[in-house]
Amino acid sequence: MPLNLKDLFEGFRQPEVIKSYARLIDEEAKRLIKPINIMEVCGGHTHSIMKYGLHQLLPSNVRFLHGPGCPVCVMPKERIDHAYTLAMQKGVILVTLGDMIKVPGSKGNLQDARAKGADVRFVYSPMECLKIAHDNPDKSVVFFAIGFETTTPMTTALIHQVVNKNIKNILFHINHITVPEPMHVLLDDPTHTIDAFIGPSHVSVISGSQIYDEFATHYKKPVVVSGFEPIDVMQSVLMILQQINEGRSEVEVQYTRSVTKEGNAVAQKLIESYFERREHFRWRGIGDIANSAFRLKEKYASIDAEVIYQAILPTQQINDHKLCICGEILKGKANPIDCKVFAKVCTPSNPLGSCMVSSEGACAAYYKYGNLLQ
Amino acid sequence: MPQIKLAHGNGGIENNQLIHELFYQAFDNEILAKSEDAAVIEGGKLVFSTDSFTVTPLFFAGGDIGKLSICGTCNDLAMMGAKPKYLTCSFMIEEGFDMDELRTIVESMADELAKNEAMIVSGDTKVVPKGSVDKLFINTTGIGEVQKEGISSNSISTHDTIIVSRDIGCHGATIFAAREGMEMSSSLQSDCTSLYPIVQKLIDSNIKITAMRDATRGGLAAVLNEWAKQSNVCIEVTEDKIPIGDEVMGLCELLGFEATALANEGTFVLAVDKSDAIKALEILQSFNSNASIIGEVSEQYLQKVVLKSAWGTSRFLDMPSGELLPRIC
Repeated sequence: MPLNLKDLFEGFRQPEVIKSYARLIDEEAKRLIKPINIMEVCGGHTHSIMKYGLHQLLPSNVRFLHGPGCPVCVMPKERIDHAYTLAMQKGVILVTLGDMIKVPGSKGNLQDARAKGADVRFVYSPMECLKIAHDNPDKSVVFFAIGFETTTPMTTALIHQVVNKNIKNILFHINHITVPEPMHVLLDDPTHTIDAFIGPSHVSVISGSQIYDEFATHYKKPVVVSGFEPIDVMQSVLMILQQINEGRSEVEVQYTRSVTKEGNAVAQKLIESYFERREHFRWRGIGDIANSAFRLKEKYASIDAEVIYQAILPTQQINDHKLCICGEILKGKANPIDCKVFAKVCTPSNPLGSCMVSSEGACAAYYKYGNLLQ
Repeated sequence: MPQIKLAHGNGGIENNQLIHELFYQAFDNEILAKSEDAAVIEGGKLVFSTDSFTVTPLFFAGGDIGKLSICGTCNDLAMMGAKPKYLTCSFMIEEGFDMDELRTIVESMADELAKNEAMIVSGDTKVVPKGSVDKLFINTTGIGEVQKEGISSNSISTHDTIIVSRDIGCHGATIFAAREGMEMSSSLQSDCTSLYPIVQKLIDSNIKITAMRDATRGGLAAVLNEWAKQSNVCIEVTEDKIPIGDEVMGLCELLGFEATALANEGTFVLAVDKSDAIKALEILQSFNSNASIIGEVSEQYLQKVVLKSAWGTSRFLDMPSGELLPRIC
């Protein structure tokens, strides 16, 4: 069946519907006994909020906090250096997803590597590695895998092909991370100001809304899993306000067109077959988080670039520029405009910190869409 | 040591930096500094412009590199209110290139020249060893005769209305879909076309045109930002007045692009005196019914472009930057 492109956007942006949600939110917010902070965990939501100016539609006692859910933003520099180092190896074609291109490591970004002669390719789907590997039998294709639960199954689907077809020249550098673990870290910090969460859309399609249950039951924070469209986000804000006013803290799904409680069992099984949890993974700006990332199981060491290239991959931790406050921003404790270097020294063309790099980073969204407009 | 990256040729921020910090410094003169689509020379009587074409694939829905190479230069001339007259062209051909394909490309150049009533009067041919260029690069340079003087991107004021000549982003979307091997739409095709016939009609109708620019690389967003800077004004655009076709919108949704940053090859933006806005719109609509008045000029945020949504919010529409990239999730 051909894809009807109109279906991709029609029905989610009617101005009248958005305006009536704004009115309903206004009414509901009048009954709040204190101002509330809603954290949108996912960078996709940050992007939507800024792009459509949804924060401008909220009353003064309801505020968005931007969360850690931007996979590029939370990659520490040493991991970016891994990508750079691999790209510069003779005989290696480094393949990754587009947002990685401009992320600065300590030696430069992948664009710099490419300008120096490295073969770096950006793809939409990891499956494109199959063709690249086939067309370049004398090269090693290293897929630098990045992303949350959303993109993890795509990587494992490629691994499945590589293993079953016994393809010798595709290797993997795994940087997949998960959403619930950093949410714990944020809530366990006694100085946090988070009252509720807008839950990620596509992560939840894979993992199901079940992964947020404990945030509602244990931490008593309302969670509404939302779609990315303006109407989705506005409806989710209203649902959160209703929960708070009614004294409820539940996991609700606004994004019912795609998300179930259980998620995608096939994808989950694929992940389990090939990956295991790392004991620790260092998140840029947040620090070490236990069980928050995946790696290839030991029996797949022969396709694990981290194992094969162990001798040349840098291990030293590299911290951000001391003026960069990405860490505080990723924890919802600061806004991009609180940063001294925001839009001055640090711009999308010359980012100091990773929040300025990815289109889903809070700083990039503020810069692009204009925090000056209130 | 800094090196040239693909982003330096994107029609956006990095591209502008390279031009201003290297080329304009080295070649500094008054004509160049005006930064128009085509240089105005000989006391305003002639305009002069050049463009090189390196598109992949060479053949795409709605055109080919040959048609593009004529439209590109002729449109730059037309945007200065000039009738394209004489062009030169040079071919850089990779060893092994298919002769029949070359013939097809040259024939479509001839067709497009006829539409402009212009001619190629001089040329050059280079064949380079395999791998030195990607199949075929074409450069064209053209001279046009000014039909209406004083058109300039440096003169836009609050008296002007901003109009776009048709739905945007078709060329960029077509090329991108072709490169990625996406077969998702039969009707999407490049807007590649010669604009002089439309410009001639506007001039013949005595429309008070302040500025015109074809929205090539960097798209509508780049043109509006360049204008806001060059004329030191704020351009306020109403988002739902910007005409965007369903296919282009869908592709942008799928890949995370903004239609306003996609390239066009036969779509132009006009700043015309408010009093003539409706008359200009009617003329444009006689060529393409999607022509639309998209905004006005103010002094609210100087050198910025503001995009106003239909639900009462607003944001900046910034200059495109970086390479055209997909988003991650």
